[in-house]
Amino acid sequence: MKTATPARKIDSFLDQEYSAGFETLLEADTLPKGLSEDVIRVISAKKGEPEFLLEWRLEAYRRWLTMTAPKWAAVDFPDIDFQDIVYYSAPKKKDGPKSLDEVDPELLKTFEKLGVPLHERARLAGVAVDAVFDSVSVATTFQKELGEHGIIFCSFSEAVKTHPELIRQYLGTVVPPSDNFYAALNSAVFSDGSFVFIPKGVKCPMELSTYFRINARDTGQFERTLIIAEEGASVSYLEGCTAPMRDENQLHAAVVELIALDDAKIKYSTVQNWYPGDKDGIGGIYNFVTKRGDCRGARSHISWTQVETGSAITWKYPSVILRGDDSVGDFHSVALSNHRQQADTGTKMIHMGRNTKSTILSKGISAGRGSNTFRGLVRIAPKAEGARNYTQCDSLLIGDQCAAHTFPTIEARNPTAHVEHEATTSRIGEDQLFYAMQRGLTAEDAVSMIVNGFCREVFKELPMEFAVEAQKLLGVSLEGSIG
Amino acid sequence: MSAVDTWVSAFHARSAQQPGATLPWLADLRRQAIYRFADEGWPTRRHPRWQHTSLAFMDQQDFAANAVAPDAAAALARLRGDDAGHWLVFVGGRFNAELSDIGALPAGVQLTSLADALDQHPEAVQAAFGSATDGDSPAALNLALATDGAWLRLPLGVALEAPVHLVFITNATDASQHLRNLIVAEANSEATIVEHYLGEGEATTLTTAATRLQVDADARITHLKLQQEAEPAIHLASINATQARGAHFASHSLSFGARLARNDIHTRFDGEGCDTLLNGLYHLDGRRHVDHHTSINHAQPRGNSREFYRGLLDGNSRGVFTGRIIVAKDAQRSDAMQRCDNLLLSRAAEADARPELEIYADDVKCAHGATVGQMDEDSLFYLQTRGLDDAHARRLLTYAFAAEALDRIALLPLRKQARAALMARLPGGELLEELL
Repeated sequence: MKTATPARKIDSFLDQEYSAGFETLLEADTLPKGLSEDVIRVISAKKGEPEFLLEWRLEAYRRWLTMTAPKWAAVDFPDIDFQDIVYYSAPKKKDGPKSLDEVDPELLKTFEKLGVPLHERARLAGVAVDAVFDSVSVATTFQKELGEHGIIFCSFSEAVKTHPELIRQYLGTVVPPSDNFYAALNSAVFSDGSFVFIPKGVKCPMELSTYFRINARDTGQFERTLIIAEEGASVSYLEGCTAPMRDENQLHAAVVELIALDDAKIKYSTVQNWYPGDKDGIGGIYNFVTKRGDCRGARSHISWTQVETGSAITWKYPSVILRGDDSVGDFHSVALSNHRQQADTGTKMIHMGRNTKSTILSKGISAGRGSNTFRGLVRIAPKAEGARNYTQCDSLLIGDQCAAHTFPTIEARNPTAHVEHEATTSRIGEDQLFYAMQRGLTAEDAVSMIVNGFCREVFKELPMEFAVEAQKLLGVSLEGSIG
Repeated sequence: MSAVDTWVSAFHARSAQQPGATLPWLADLRRQAIYRFADEGWPTRRHPRWQHTSLAFMDQQDFAANAVAPDAAAALARLRGDDAGHWLVFVGGRFNAELSDIGALPAGVQLTSLADALDQHPEAVQAAFGSATDGDSPAALNLALATDGAWLRLPLGVALEAPVHLVFITNATDASQHLRNLIVAEANSEATIVEHYLGEGEATTLTTAATRLQVDADARITHLKLQQEAEPAIHLASINATQARGAHFASHSLSFGARLARNDIHTRFDGEGCDTLLNGLYHLDGRRHVDHHTSINHAQPRGNSREFYRGLLDGNSRGVFTGRIIVAKDAQRSDAMQRCDNLLLSRAAEADARPELEIYADDVKCAHGATVGQMDEDSLFYLQTRGLDDAHARRLLTYAFAAEALDRIALLPLRKQARAALMARLPGGELLEELL
């Protein structure tokens, strides 16, 4: 049979090794394993935080102690020992870099391998990068140019020092520490992250981007991102993630809060490529993230776009609270699970204001022994007059060992609401493949083309560089698969 | 009071008088079931299958029999008209031989009350009875307390031409009734079974009902449930079917009465090439709450399932639908389609829908859709341009929305009965009759 050859090729493609799996040896300032009030005090002291923030962390910690880890997601993993994690690890400072030239060349090399050459990108692509390396931000570019517009784009710890009033006003107002188990944990121990503030009427002149990377062994990464767009402001924020290859499972519990006031627009794009574990499910990142946007003002717009190809386990529901009248929420997602990856992801759209609109577009791809779950909630509050939601979630199955689940919930409490949900599950058809191959494409090109076509609606929402990266990522893990 | 203890003591008080009380297996089973219920209690929102319907209030709920019993004979006459068919009537949870009219049956068909069947064929009943671990705690309570129900056994290749009607009417002495219906359809047999739940009065009564259907190879069973209990009643029911190779099962659930009604409807494909239709319609007003929790388990390849639920929600009512489709590993070539549509007729009504797909095979065609919306202004306008006033136009559109569910009922006399039940509920039903 002719198909034997492509089938073997698929296997080699499916088995492709994690290309960002290298480790940077750096001297790190690391706390011993374990979590207690003392550890939190040390983290807070190391970062020179004001008193209110320490109190806030401690309160979150006490709250966390009373909570239990959620079990409802369709993912399967051994219980996590939270005392076996290092909660703080920072590259050792040699006087602290004042400009890019002073940054540890080892670090820069890492970014280069990842494809984020700081200065290259900064100059050529015009992207300001706030690179987070194991919890502490090492270099922030383009701050000056952004500063001229009154935009604040810096690491979270810097913002705590320079703009404590903004932190105090907004931190935890979208995702309160009591929100869920992992949000409480994050609130207690978060080490760094990004802070963006776009003042009234300013359209951010460039796309802002952060690269997160887990490097040191046994560390959990707990970033905290806060983006505030004042009246009439707009910003597009990109986030990319990779982690080196390791045998143990590592925990990543981030919290992202977005706040959009009247007429503001925030677009948040993620390409998540944390280490997924090897093909037998050994190692990999546990990605338990709480992301939520609050359309506080009228006519505000928050849009989430995510491409999730990495992590052993993903547990992530970027949500939008549509509080302001005429506000809009979007969720575009491609989630891929191959080998033994498990993804339980989706969104919540909470319609509270009048004439609020939301669109959910989710594309799940399961291959190998992967399991992919879409879990969503659309809630129309009694006062959300004229609310509108459209949800489309499609699953593509590649191979007969994988699983695809769809668990949407609709709660409509206003008669003027229009809520629609559509979902389909299918595999790549033999006839589609045959047609493409008959036109001279190889099996892997054909599958790649079909998968990319399947995800096109989401990819076109991504900024240019990310779209290319996302297509490449999908290609790496899936090209040539035959259903 | 309906606290768990009350039920446990009711169980002990009654157990000696229960039908089949002398059968050791049954006594064991009932004991296991009541222990399970005592252990788990009424489900609350914390239970994953009861997130939108909490029964926590049941601990404080008082049940009472209606002061005046509905006139069972008159109600039956209204319902039956001049239909021949096979009619089994249960009043207050017990078989009433006087009102019943089982009629002539083909050779080998067993159609009796469950109490009689326990006397006559205890082994066959045992095989079909179900276990104490089935369903959630209300199902266990039903197993422990069920006083009667219907027993239908169709032998190989026999088709019952006329539908079997099971009528359940509340009485003036019992505050609760617990019914268990067992249906065994052997290979190639065919039948239609209709369950009517009737009640009137001001008292809060409780009905628990369980219907179990075993549909053997290539058998064809249609099940229709018309729930028209009194306004204050609470109705907790389950329908469980298993289908062997090539079996066809259709379930129509029409829920028009009761203050709180919960229907758990599950079917599992145990053989290849099964076919299922789950069809449902609910109309709610006031503060009423109806929850349909369905699942279709494509455990074997080449199964085909179609599911359609429609809700009309008025007043402060709440309609809940959960539909789960499971396609097991290796259940290739499964084809599943599911829809849930809700029409919100008032400002305060709420519709919750959870269409769920759980898929472990790759060569499948699965789709689901759910909508919640209000009446289409363009359609209203169109009807008004044709000379209908606003009220008539609204009623007509409401009826049209519901009629789609009725049209899926293949047997015409049953469709008419269902339609009459709907008309009796819709405001301005008489006006509609003129129009249609």
